[in-house]
Amino acid sequence: MRAPRHHLGEMVSSVLGSLFRKPATIRYPYAPFKMPDRFRGPPKWESDKCIGCKLCSRDCPSQAITITKVGEKRFDQTVDLGKCVFCGQCAETCPRKVITMTPDFELAQIDKQNLKITYHASPAPAAPAPQPAAAPEPAKGAGEPTV
Amino acid sequence: MSDIDRVVTVPIGPQHPALKEPESFMVDLRGEKIDAVRIRFGYNHRGIEKGCETRSYTQDLYLVERVCGICSFSHSTAFIHAVEEIAGLEVPVRAKYIRTIIGELERIHSHLLWLGVAGHEIGFDTLLMYTWRDREQVMILLARLTGNRVNYGINTYGGVRRDIAPDMMPEILKVVDSLEERTKHYIELAMREQTLIQRLSGVGKLSKEDALFLGTVGPTARASGVDRDARRDDPYLAYPDLEFKVVIDDHCDVYGRTIVRLGELMQTYSILRQLIKKIPDGPITVKAPRRIPEGEAVSRYEAPRGEDVHYVRGNGTEKPERVKVRAPTLANTASVGKMLEDGYLADLPIVVAAIDPCFSCTDRMVGVRESGTESRGAGRKTMTWEEVSRYGVEWHKARGLDFSSLGIPGGIEA
Repeated sequence: MRAPRHHLGEMVSSVLGSLFRKPATIRYPYAPFKMPDRFRGPPKWESDKCIGCKLCSRDCPSQAITITKVGEKRFDQTVDLGKCVFCGQCAETCPRKVITMTPDFELAQIDKQNLKITYHASPAPAAPAPQPAAAPEPAKGAGEPTV
Repeated sequence: MSDIDRVVTVPIGPQHPALKEPESFMVDLRGEKIDAVRIRFGYNHRGIEKGCETRSYTQDLYLVERVCGICSFSHSTAFIHAVEEIAGLEVPVRAKYIRTIIGELERIHSHLLWLGVAGHEIGFDTLLMYTWRDREQVMILLARLTGNRVNYGINTYGGVRRDIAPDMMPEILKVVDSLEERTKHYIELAMREQTLIQRLSGVGKLSKEDALFLGTVGPTARASGVDRDARRDDPYLAYPDLEFKVVIDDHCDVYGRTIVRLGELMQTYSILRQLIKKIPDGPITVKAPRRIPEGEAVSRYEAPRGEDVHYVRGNGTEKPERVKVRAPTLANTASVGKMLEDGYLADLPIVVAAIDPCFSCTDRMVGVRESGTESRGAGRKTMTWEEVSRYGVEWHKARGLDFSSLGIPGGIEA
């Protein structure tokens, strides 16, 4: 079933054409890269609005979420990004819609502990200056989700 | 006896540069020709089915999606169909259309990926580079529609999680147009490029009778002339409203499998155009209960690699009682042995790659057979965790490796 020979190679034209085109790849990490708007990065809590129902933790497929009661109607939320699969089911489930998925994707860490991010509830009302909500715990060295 | 008549057994795998995933092929060689092949699975068992039984239905959805990285949507949709059937949920039409759009986009990226891999296996890396560059368009589109390049997480019980905005429809059509242009180029290439035709023709022969006998599915079966496609034979989602042709071919070899996949790509573009034209307005989800009633269901889904079958049994609680996954590769593996017979050893990588295998999707259960028992069932037994551990330690000890001092859970003392 030897067919008549047409060309040296059918792809020669595409290959030669590519010599004069911009590369299809980008020079990441030197060139910035942004994921689309709907991208699901690490979840983020508005801690003060959390009612502690723990539905997010119950629905999480990878058991990455822990909700801790720290006072009267105040809750801390911890997410382990080492376990999180970024499905966004927690944000879907949350009855008060206090969880949003952030757009970060550069999440590599040297120390596994840094993958655990805790969002703290503001201090009890007696405290004079309430901390801004959703601040990651500084003591753990978590910092921002991206380092 | 001359050297050419001597049978040499060559183990290929479980770890081998020609394989992308662990699987064992014991190849009996007579010279360069393959006499017989014995295939063994079980190196990639992840316990997903058991995992599903210990998690709630909501959690299972994301676990099942991770059965396969390439056809993640196929598995999640096959599973969700079974659960929705048990729960008696009627999915809104718009949700069905959105699911079909995502499913067909997934087919595009899977087939283009396969074309590149096939090119790579025959040393045609130029094809790999170009198909994967083109595939990037559909990957970016999927990320824009669903939020992720793979493991889209768009399914939810009773519908889909994210709607497709009207301004995204022209974007989908733009990608479809551009990829159709490229696919036409690849079809022309497959018809005329001599290196491709001569390398793939007559390699990995599988007759129609063998394909039927061995239960081959998907493009592998269709390339052997088996006219079978779950989208047409057992329509689900929006497929009853669509017009498309089931691409079959009678080459019965790897070349035929290439032709079928390229033809299916062209059909997929036409399906996507029809979907975008016909998609109705309306809700995208209905409320689903957390507890799924008692009952059982089997669902079939035509994944890019072939028919994917899921079985779910519910017992009225939040967790399923039993989940069973039959990935398309399991159905196709039996035919690989047949395809390799009387072929050359050098053809093994492309013949194995031609079924588009995904071995970790396939590994479902590990069975240990007592030596000396040949028939199925005889010698089969259920082991506890301690027994499995003990068995492993003793197996290695008999081969000169002593792990008993490591304190493996349930392990025996030396």
